[in-house]
Amino acid sequence: MLLIPCPFCGPRNESEFAHGGPVRARRPDPDAVSDAAWVEYLTVTPNPQGPVQEHWWHVRGCGTWLTLWRDTTSHDIVKGPDDA
Amino acid sequence: MQRYSLFSLARNALSGHRNWARAWRSPPLQPAYDVVIIGAGGHGLATAYYLAKEFGQKNIAVLERGWLGGGNIARNTVTIRSNYMRDESIPFYVKSVAMFEDLTRELNFNMMHSKRTMVDVVQTYSRMRELRRRQLTMDIYGSTYEPISTEELRRRIPALTGGGPDARLPILGGMVHTDAGVNRHDAVAWGYARGADALGVEIHQKTAVQSLIRGADGAIAGVQTNRGKVRAAKVVVAVSGHTTTVTETAGLKLPLRTMNLTAFVSEPVKPLVDVIVNCPDSGFYFSQSDKGEMVIGGAPDAGQSFRRDIKQTVFEDTVTAMLSLFPAFQKLKLMRQWGGHLDIAHDASPIMSKTDVAGLFITAGWWGGYKAIPAGGLTLAHLVARGEPHPLMAAFTLERFRHLDFVMESGTTTAR
Amino acid sequence: MRERLPQGGRIDRSRRVAFTFNGRVYDGYHGDTLASALLAHGVRLTARSFKYHRPRGIVGYGVEEPASLVELLGADASGNEPITTVRIRDGLRAKSVNCWPSLRFDIGGVNQLFARVLPAGFYYKTFKWPDWQLFEPMIRRAAGLARAPTQPPANGHYEARHAHADVFIAGAGPAGLMAALVAGRAGKRVFLADEGTEAGGGLLTRRLRIEDRPAMEWVADAVAELAAMEHVTHLQNASVWAYREHNLMMVTERSPDHDSLLERSWRVRAGRVICATGAIERLLVFPGNDRPGVMLASAAQAYVNRWAVRPGRRAVVFTNNNSAYAVAADMQAAGIEIAAIVDARPQVPPEALAQVAGIDVLGGHVVVRTRGRMSLRSIAISPLAGGATRSIACDLLAHSGGWNPAVHLFSQSRGSLRYDETLAAFVPDIPAQATASVGAAAGLMTLPEVLTSAAATGGDVPRAHEAAYAIAPLWRVQAAGKAFLDIQNDVTVADVQLALREGYDNIEHVKRYTTGGMGIDQGKTGNINIIGTVAQQKGLTLPEVGSTTFRSPYAPVSFGAVGGLRTGEVQFPYRHTPITEWNREQGAVMYEAGARWQRPGYFPQPGESFQETVNRECGAVREAVGVYDGSPLGTFELKGRDTGRFLDFLYTNKMANLKPGHGRYGLMLTDDGLILDDGVALRLDDYRWILSTSTGHADAVNQQMEKLLQTEFPDWQVMVTAVTSQWNNATVCGPRAREVMEALGTDINLDNAAFPFMTFRDGTVAGLPTRVVRVSFTGELSYEINVAPRHMRKLWDRVMAAGAPFGIQPVGSEANHVLRVEKGFLSLGHEVDGTVDPHDLGMGWIMSAKKSDYLGKRAVALRRAADKPRRELVGLLPDDPNAQIPEGAPLTPGGRKEATEGLVTACVWSGVNNRWVALALLVNGRTRQGETVHVRLRDEVIAARVTAPVFYDPGGQRLRS
Repeated sequence: MLLIPCPFCGPRNESEFAHGGPVRARRPDPDAVSDAAWVEYLTVTPNPQGPVQEHWWHVRGCGTWLTLWRDTTSHDIVKGPDDA
Repeated sequence: MQRYSLFSLARNALSGHRNWARAWRSPPLQPAYDVVIIGAGGHGLATAYYLAKEFGQKNIAVLERGWLGGGNIARNTVTIRSNYMRDESIPFYVKSVAMFEDLTRELNFNMMHSKRTMVDVVQTYSRMRELRRRQLTMDIYGSTYEPISTEELRRRIPALTGGGPDARLPILGGMVHTDAGVNRHDAVAWGYARGADALGVEIHQKTAVQSLIRGADGAIAGVQTNRGKVRAAKVVVAVSGHTTTVTETAGLKLPLRTMNLTAFVSEPVKPLVDVIVNCPDSGFYFSQSDKGEMVIGGAPDAGQSFRRDIKQTVFEDTVTAMLSLFPAFQKLKLMRQWGGHLDIAHDASPIMSKTDVAGLFITAGWWGGYKAIPAGGLTLAHLVARGEPHPLMAAFTLERFRHLDFVMESGTTTAR
Repeated sequence: MRERLPQGGRIDRSRRVAFTFNGRVYDGYHGDTLASALLAHGVRLTARSFKYHRPRGIVGYGVEEPASLVELLGADASGNEPITTVRIRDGLRAKSVNCWPSLRFDIGGVNQLFARVLPAGFYYKTFKWPDWQLFEPMIRRAAGLARAPTQPPANGHYEARHAHADVFIAGAGPAGLMAALVAGRAGKRVFLADEGTEAGGGLLTRRLRIEDRPAMEWVADAVAELAAMEHVTHLQNASVWAYREHNLMMVTERSPDHDSLLERSWRVRAGRVICATGAIERLLVFPGNDRPGVMLASAAQAYVNRWAVRPGRRAVVFTNNNSAYAVAADMQAAGIEIAAIVDARPQVPPEALAQVAGIDVLGGHVVVRTRGRMSLRSIAISPLAGGATRSIACDLLAHSGGWNPAVHLFSQSRGSLRYDETLAAFVPDIPAQATASVGAAAGLMTLPEVLTSAAATGGDVPRAHEAAYAIAPLWRVQAAGKAFLDIQNDVTVADVQLALREGYDNIEHVKRYTTGGMGIDQGKTGNINIIGTVAQQKGLTLPEVGSTTFRSPYAPVSFGAVGGLRTGEVQFPYRHTPITEWNREQGAVMYEAGARWQRPGYFPQPGESFQETVNRECGAVREAVGVYDGSPLGTFELKGRDTGRFLDFLYTNKMANLKPGHGRYGLMLTDDGLILDDGVALRLDDYRWILSTSTGHADAVNQQMEKLLQTEFPDWQVMVTAVTSQWNNATVCGPRAREVMEALGTDINLDNAAFPFMTFRDGTVAGLPTRVVRVSFTGELSYEINVAPRHMRKLWDRVMAAGAPFGIQPVGSEANHVLRVEKGFLSLGHEVDGTVDPHDLGMGWIMSAKKSDYLGKRAVALRRAADKPRRELVGLLPDDPNAQIPEGAPLTPGGRKEATEGLVTACVWSGVNNRWVALALLVNGRTRQGETVHVRLRDEVIAARVTAPVFYDPGGQRLRS
């Protein structure tokens, strides 16, 4: 059970959140990229053995979507939503 | 290869078991091989074995970062089954189950294969409909699946005392998959390792691949390890969970994410449950090992994870679901828990494929890949030796993502 | 109690307790464990071993106990309890596990005769022919130790609690108490948990002094001081069994102070964790080291000092370190004759010798054999370097292989370990979380060091003295005979040697091949010896061999405690509407209908079959009028000036141009181009919309909308509010729906021209404020009357009353399913099975070509560019109108057993067509209308004709009427 720093509510248990997936590249303009680039955008997500930037939704809390950097090898939150 | 039997055991007993041969050698690492397989797990070892046995390849090295059989094959819950939904999947798993059943004889190593059937406990009508659909398609390929009544379900699993008519999710019936079984996971790793070794395959433990090496033409040229460079024209990546970590070193991007899946065992108790019990609506499954432990699995963790432990939330969800159907287990004790990490493809189906790097092959995305080890090894050996996918795995190449032509095994049962 | 000492011990001699062990009644004192009480009666044989069924006795005194497990009987039936952790109380009944018919005459003992053919891993080499399953039942029965529980606890329950602490301290021995005092005095919130029945840890079993008083007096003062601090929580009988990420600690309290409470589990989130878990003594490995009467030195000391029990009359102490000398002294003081101290170290340190004046110390000697059938009678020793053996008569052999810091929790927290040569043990190295190890858990083995390390952050350190600790590792004695590395799993030195010989030379291979360390005790007393034996054999150092992973739980914990009160509806809460009560009164069959809603499937009347009920409900809708409760449909209110633009991105069709007062059906895709949901959007005014979604996907749609708005389009002005539970509705449908509306009384003009299909009106119906929407999921004229939940039951009753003259019937999910199939309306989970796109469903028209981008647009185009044959939605009419096709049945070419070309997604008895009709997904289906296709069942083929996927009112006049 992670302790997730919500920018509004402070540190809260993971059970209050829904995982929102890794942060991906910005959605390209579909008319401006090749098929291959579009497929890569849709299907390839960052999968680092180390810090990954990801979304969490404080769905059973204030409702905010936040992003943080979590180390996939340790669960350590290496950078919270409020960290510069 | 030294034969194992009751007679050889008795003969060796007379000499105090001092004359048993090594199950596999520890040969010196050569500078080059025809084929390098990264990862001495179930899939890597099986692929090496079938490459040597079925395709006559002799110059093969399996490189293992840690100890052979130490990846997910050391951590899974040994459920072997073929109750899939789609034409693309069922025949492959039917083949794999059949190969597992013959594996003790094939490898002269007791896999302790116990074809004890899996029983699904159904608690919603939508699940019932999905499983019936599965049954009718499986029947075409000769895989067994039969509906049974709640009464019959309780007769087969006397410990199943929850889920009555007034329960939150009453039991509506069950499905029986008589082809399903369990066996001894370490034996599978060791049996393949011993068999491959006897056919000349070299297994190098504590040999970590640090990067893939590409030649001037862009094709694979070998691997860089902690013990130096090893050249090979064909490299197979069979490192569940770490696939992208390895392939990124060759600049390859793959539609894979690494997730953590957990399991736990109870204290050993006398035989209580004779079948594999799968409760997809509640979200857990278990079987009782020959040692008497209940081997229990549940849902994956949220988010990517390379951890090999378990999160309390996931664990508690699994336990509470189990106690609702098996209230007597309140007094059973947790003995050990652990996790493994594996990669899951964008469409949640496996990937066995050539890649954009000529000579580089991957087998990945196995979500419950233990049951796929024999057929996975055979079909990957085919792909590596022939350069073309085996018909049973033709739908599972990377090619499918080019047109988003996913294989959707959505709603696969909880049991991995 | 002939072995009970006349005085001393932390037992209450005024409270006598009677209990039963293996069918015999014994007595003991309050404060005794099963182990101490049995030893007080001179009971030595308490168990049989797992594989060879060798006689076994009591080895330890706490959770580390490897040999003697018992099964509790009667009301508290449970299996595999270490005999050393069961507290006796009146009426307790216990038996030894894994022996039959009795402990003394255990049939399984014949395995000892076959021991030579049962080396490590023998089962991998045998039992292959003809089939493992021939042998498996026998093996399974032989394994498994205690019987499985078959009943939930007869009385009482479990519970779980959350707690927060600045400082969490595991262990209330001298280190833990000292740390708690320091933190508590500094005003920190402290959570102190200890697995023992009382605080004190190692001080409970030893005769040490603090501040020139018996150490237990200091403990009592410390406990009292902590109890007086409101910000300190101190639990005994509380096992800290897991150290999770972000300093989450799992604690199970075994006997909370309430009769009805069996166990309580705590989830404690801590700012800092202090591991004060002490150290565990390890076994020495020598032939016959498993015989009843061979006991850990620390255990012998504990029985003498804590329970005032003589575990033997004439003892030998065998050690490789200093700690056993105090044990010898304590035993001697208790009147036990010490025949000799056998020390493997040729040079015994003077501080050790100083403790045992007058006792014969044999330096440089080892025990090479033990004798005695059911319990120890004598041992044989010889010089370490080899030479003549000599026999010493004794009934107790107290041995000590040194101490392992209990690094389990530290290691679970991902802290790394380091091998300490001086201690010959693994000790904590680099922490991975906010953790500190203090006292013996950190490798500090004497009381002054322990107290100093625990007080690290401040405070006065009480004065104490303890002789220095020193050890020379002895991983095993080189002598012939079965020497056990893992007593519980019967793993011997020979087994490990065989594993190495066969190439299983990684420590994990050794563990798995021999099963060493995989028992219930998880090798707490023996694992290090396995590592040492492997190191010795391979000529490596211990760190080179490495250690196996420490996994949770530290000690077994009941699943009941893990689950707490979370069962049934607490685990899976369900949602229902104000009509649930009414449904039940009508005898509706209710079931789980997705997203945790319980909905009525059908409303059977007496004597009706299922099909008759469904036919009646369908007939009412088609011919007169029906009503259903549509409340579970997901409902969202969207506000803001960018709502139209947002909906245009969300839905495949154009929404922004919808006029206020109107509604439009829409389809929502994932960006992968697969169908996520379908529903209706209503435009209330320029900036306000209502979306309705399917019941099952409402949460997914909500997440999708919030994620897009908050992460992709943060500058768009759209506010989403989930209002599913703010709006309920009764949907009146059927050709006479308008008449029912009129009968209800409304200020809304119901005229079709004034209030046409796909529009809505706010107004009063039956005296209630409503929003009425003309949508139809049945193909008939329909009014969805939306009200606030507080009005729903009233509305429902009035609809039933007003509809009665028209024959109104309540309609369940089953009839709704039939009605939508007749119309070819798609259903998520049936036709939409995760593979189809809108074109496959014949809904290409809904994919806007004008909008430049929306979710899934590019993906659908890309997928279709592959030009692969697609499975398309069609209707099927079985050649035999009375032939029902099972839902999900495959279509195969010619009905042969080969790869499928489609499947039947739904099949219903259509009353209006007087036959079975089906929907199916069929390869290139739209071009195959009129063709005959074949449904393949196991022993049957059903032929059916391909039609358009609509069986009733294809023009849709009725729903617009």
